[in-house]
Amino acid sequence: MGLVMPDFGLFFWMLLSFSILLFVLKRFAWGPILQALSDREKSIEDALKMAENAKEEMLILQSGNEKILKEAILEREKIVKEARDLKYSIIHEARQEAELEANKILEQAKAAIERERAGAVSEIKILIANFSVEIAEKILQDKLADNAKQQELIQNSIDQINLN
Amino acid sequence: MTLLRSLVIVFVTFLASPTFLSANEEHAASDTISRKKFNTGDMIFSHIKDSYEWHITTIGHTHISIPLPVLLYSETSGFHSFSSSNFHHGEEAYQGFHIASEGKYQRKVVETMPDGTEVKPWDFSITKNVTSLFISIILLLVIFLSVAKRYKENFARAPKGIQSWIEPIVVFIVEDIAIPSIGKEKYQRYLPFLLTIFFFIFINNMMGLVPFFPGGANVTGDISVTVVLALFTFAITSYSGTKDYWMHIVNAPGIPLWLKIPIPLMPIVEIISVFIKPFVLTIRLFANMTAGHIVALGFYSLIFIFAEKSIFAGYGISVLSIVFTVFMGLLELLVAFIQAYVFTLLSALYFGLALEKHVHPEEAHK
Repeated sequence: MGLVMPDFGLFFWMLLSFSILLFVLKRFAWGPILQALSDREKSIEDALKMAENAKEEMLILQSGNEKILKEAILEREKIVKEARDLKYSIIHEARQEAELEANKILEQAKAAIERERAGAVSEIKILIANFSVEIAEKILQDKLADNAKQQELIQNSIDQINLN
Repeated sequence: MTLLRSLVIVFVTFLASPTFLSANEEHAASDTISRKKFNTGDMIFSHIKDSYEWHITTIGHTHISIPLPVLLYSETSGFHSFSSSNFHHGEEAYQGFHIASEGKYQRKVVETMPDGTEVKPWDFSITKNVTSLFISIILLLVIFLSVAKRYKENFARAPKGIQSWIEPIVVFIVEDIAIPSIGKEKYQRYLPFLLTIFFFIFINNMMGLVPFFPGGANVTGDISVTVVLALFTFAITSYSGTKDYWMHIVNAPGIPLWLKIPIPLMPIVEIISVFIKPFVLTIRLFANMTAGHIVALGFYSLIFIFAEKSIFAGYGISVLSIVFTVFMGLLELLVAFIQAYVFTLLSALYFGLALEKHVHPEEAHK
């Protein structure tokens, strides 16, 4: 029977010391340990969540990049097209202007040529007149070299005047 | 893992070590000389029961033991305190007190009254089990306060040393015992108690397996210790009992009315069960630990029982005894953990039951 009968002394010491143990461990050991464990669990969870978020953000960023790239390509094409259009229009305009200018120059040249020609013609006319006078002079001098002939001519001319 | 394995090996070696063996042998040898015959029951009981001194070994006729303080309060002669060495290993009386060698108060200090009757005084002595209890408590405090300090310094740091041994067990108790048994909302209130009883029982069980000082005392195999632990569980269960819990005991729902009126059969059964729970906790731990010690000691006793017939039979059987004792030691290592686990798990389950709210009592009993 002695084995299964609780002993007062041990019961007393056990009750006392176990209560103290429970109190001390609760106050100074389990509190910090459990707190630390839950803190660690939370921090790990947070870290995982943050990694997940970062991954998502990166995906978003990546798709953004792609969008930007696409836009850039479109923009480039647009710019290139615009430039090409501009080139064509400039060339076209230049050509038109050149044509116009050329025409104008041509007109002016034509007018100048015309003028020159008219000048030349009138000059030639004067020259021919002068030549004719000189020739006539020479012929007259030649014809009036001797007095007889001069008399004849004068006679002829007086004759003619008399007739009138 | 390697550490654990080497610890187990060291442990088993000690269990089967010559120290333990010779201690018994010498003890037994002196017993045979002085008391003529080897008394197995006496030897086993002197090992598993509490005592006023911490017996280490006996060489020849010299007992080597650590004397412990005896604290007594007698209703007739008042308070007494003296060393247990005054009893000279239970052979002499001191200040009117002596250790009863037989009878109702066997192995306990009794006071001899003037009329010759033996009366048991109020005994507050720091016995072997009390000393062992104190040692284990100091050990627990040292371990857990130092571990707590490490956690306080930096919770994010990876566990190291003893901390890495404690942590998985703490997590196991929290996640596999407390939360499933008590529920997510209220388990935190009970964690300090559950963790304390688990480690208290486990450390004491393990210390009980070490066959020399400061181990070897059968603390968790003493009913006074287990009854206190069970009373704590009982007190906490009763304190946290909800209205539903008590109503369930007095008037269990879903049970036919004729079991309650006119004879309140079910209420009686339920009320008995409230008290049976801590009683079973007490007995289970006490019996498991004591039985383990008795079996291990029984195997050793075989050596001396056979040696009484023939010295060679004693040597022969010793091989078998050691093999069996090693096996028992390994088994006890497992039992040390299992009993701590079972006690903690059942306590948690009782707390869980006390907290339960029966929203649909009819469904709960289907």
